[in-house]
Amino acid sequence: MIGRVDRAHMPEPGRVPPTRFPVVRTSRLSNGLALKTVEHPGPPVVTFRLTMPVGSASDPEHAHGLAALTADLLDEGSTERTALELHAALDGTGARLGTEVGADSTTVTLTTVARHALQGAGLLAEIVATPRFDTSDVGRVRDLRRSRVRQLRAVSSAVADRVFLGTLFPGHPYGHLGIGTDTSLASLTPAQVTAFHRDAYQLESATLIGVGALTHEEIGDAAERTFGALPVRSPASEAVVAPAVLDAAGSPSARLVLVDRPAAVQSELRVGHVAVARATPDYHALQVLNVVLGGQFVSRLNQRLREEKGYTYGVRTGFDCRRAPGPFAMQSSVQADATVECVQEVLSQMAAIGDDRPVTSTELEMARAALTRGFARGFETASQVARGVASLVLHELPASYYDTFVPEVEAVDADAVTAAAKAHLRAGEAVAVIVGPADQLMSDLPALGLGEPVRVDP
Amino acid sequence: MLDFTKYTLDNGLDVIVHEDHRCPIAAVNLWYHVGSKNERPGRTGLAHLFEHLMFEGSAHHDSGYFAPLQKAGAALNGSTNCDRTNYWEVVPTNALELALWLESDRLGYLLPALTSAKFENQREVVLNERRQSYENRPYGMALMALMAALFPPDHPYHWTTIGYAEDIRAATLEDAHAFFQTYYHPGNASLSVAGDVDTESVLELVRRHFEEIPAGSPIPAVVTGDEPQRGGPPAAVDTRLLLEDRVELPRLYLAWRSPRLFSDGDADMDLLAELLAGGKTSRLYRTLVYERRLATDVSAAQGSREIDGWFCLMATAAPGSELMELEQVIGDELAALADAGPSEVELQRGLTQVDVQFVYRLQTVGGFNGRSDQLNAYNVYAGDPGFMARDRARYRSATAERVRDAVRQLQEPGRIALSVVPDGAVERALPGSRPAVVS
Repeated sequence: MIGRVDRAHMPEPGRVPPTRFPVVRTSRLSNGLALKTVEHPGPPVVTFRLTMPVGSASDPEHAHGLAALTADLLDEGSTERTALELHAALDGTGARLGTEVGADSTTVTLTTVARHALQGAGLLAEIVATPRFDTSDVGRVRDLRRSRVRQLRAVSSAVADRVFLGTLFPGHPYGHLGIGTDTSLASLTPAQVTAFHRDAYQLESATLIGVGALTHEEIGDAAERTFGALPVRSPASEAVVAPAVLDAAGSPSARLVLVDRPAAVQSELRVGHVAVARATPDYHALQVLNVVLGGQFVSRLNQRLREEKGYTYGVRTGFDCRRAPGPFAMQSSVQADATVECVQEVLSQMAAIGDDRPVTSTELEMARAALTRGFARGFETASQVARGVASLVLHELPASYYDTFVPEVEAVDADAVTAAAKAHLRAGEAVAVIVGPADQLMSDLPALGLGEPVRVDP
Repeated sequence: MLDFTKYTLDNGLDVIVHEDHRCPIAAVNLWYHVGSKNERPGRTGLAHLFEHLMFEGSAHHDSGYFAPLQKAGAALNGSTNCDRTNYWEVVPTNALELALWLESDRLGYLLPALTSAKFENQREVVLNERRQSYENRPYGMALMALMAALFPPDHPYHWTTIGYAEDIRAATLEDAHAFFQTYYHPGNASLSVAGDVDTESVLELVRRHFEEIPAGSPIPAVVTGDEPQRGGPPAAVDTRLLLEDRVELPRLYLAWRSPRLFSDGDADMDLLAELLAGGKTSRLYRTLVYERRLATDVSAAQGSREIDGWFCLMATAAPGSELMELEQVIGDELAALADAGPSEVELQRGLTQVDVQFVYRLQTVGGFNGRSDQLNAYNVYAGDPGFMARDRARYRSATAERVRDAVRQLQEPGRIALSVVPDGAVERALPGSRPAVVS
């Protein structure tokens, strides 16, 4: 007999099942390369992730785009095989190859079916260690990236990202997008790519992560047989941006930047400032703060601008916590006639949460719960686990980091959130970038109180 | 390939349960067999707008659905396409009952909570979604132009799921209420629950929450202009269209009508797309991007839908090249493949790529394209949640001859060639193109 449900009372979820991050085994290959393996039962998939602490912040000053171009060229042939031969081998095992170039790191990932673990690891080693960098291939890929830069000029969100970083970080290694500019790309040579690879892609500071439906021994064996004989040397110090340079973010070049997009029906917005490095002791409080302010659907800004006003499809905020202080940013695309009101609302909410509208107990409970109760689903797939391990490596976090994450978040109280807001949200210094229809917007912009808008080309 | 239990409640609701105990989460996934194909001209976009309204509260929880679920640690979302609307939550297992309580409340008791204020707010949100994802995005209106050209005005794939802005503006609260009453029935839905759950307990929970909801009336049939009593499909003719857009580089779209989902030839078209433009060794990437450097990118896809399909090729002109050259090279490659068929090596590469997707697809229990979503897709479109093995077999049995037959279909009349060119550069479209009308 099935009873009727009680519609008068929504069920209260009971105790959250305990979860632990899977066991990470740390070892070294015979050549000294750091290896981390995780046994991840489930579908027969394995992922290998080589992560190196050198990214686009290490682009030389007049060679923006070099780190990303180098990464893009890795799979364009090796000393043994042409690009097409290499891709035929990848395709033959059903492998998926991915490269990610962030400001602080470069990661090359190969995912394949578990029975091809050895071939997969071998292809990854070949791709990372012995790229061909043929002059013709460098020219071809560089041209494709120049075309991409050109196309991005028509993409509001890409324009906003580029201008926002440039305004927040003038002259700083975080002040450009990884792809670089048309001018910088045009100047890049095969010799620079070869030198960057030689100097930056050294395995002394790299970590190989293997996660899949195999044992530690099986993953380790595939790694040893493919990466174990590669030379392990330190990156050339001049190839990697110095920590002192990264730590020296200056002042923004403007408070208000307008990029004209004539007759655009929406304005793409970025509002924020240089905030905080990943190593901050306030990290967990910042996560809670961000969820309340704009980090998820149920947040002050999304509720206000989407669910009450209907001005936008969505609003998101985030602290981009890098090795050195990175940006805090609100991003949204809003209907053009609500542009000024939206920027005002964001600035006012940024100020209020550390001041006269501190986080409420309901908000605090919701934000902590969203972070802690949702923890388990973040590590369902091999790729998610590998990404989690890579984050530990890159930010030099303790092995216990994931096991202490839930209690650390639960320990964040309202005072901690307010203190984090006071310390790390500075509405009075925030920069606003608007990519929208200038002739419609110009007359209203003075209301923002951010001074004369600086006009920038898309 | 996936173990499951299927049970149909007396009110017609299909319930599918799949156990996987690796991660302490439960995936709830609910499909309603209604999409933009069920709309009528003048009210396009209603199915998707309605999807938004489903998150805004129901009679016994008359406020947003995100709040209680995010507080429980859930991820949640929904989506609408031409054929179906889906809703899902991935929750820690302790919150499974909460998710089912909410899903059943919005199926059984939505309308008392569906007010004009909510409707007006979400109409504005959807108009902003349309601006962000289509109107203000480079090449964002191309799909609308293609669908309108491929399918006649009285075919429900003539319009895209986001709908026309003027129709979204014209929709009324009464339209939304009527839409719910017509299509949101247990008998028009399929509920799948996957993850660290016990099948018997899930079935009991589902019965307790959903059995009380009445079956509702049968769903009106979808009418397409292709049906014989309506004169049959229009004569297939080649058409050249152009669209000016805020883009830097011209792009060529070539599209054809093609077999519908799971029908003869559908899998072969998928495989053909892989051989033509999947990865760097594919025919078109190799020729257009790698060797001749005429294009910056090329892609191909078989859009397998329930009542019809379309096959689409897309290539963007590199600086210094023109769409005519791209069209020529693509035509030559299609002709060569139609003439000689794929090589054995090439065919095996394509089959491996398609086949391995069936493995990668198994990695998540919830969310878009997770196991629970796939079980519902097979249940709704093939009448069998266990159709995956037969789906996979369709590809494994493909042959060079079948691929050659597929590419030969692309040489029949009926091709739509759409040139998207930078504003003011109509001369860069294929010769003889006429302006496409999009709004």
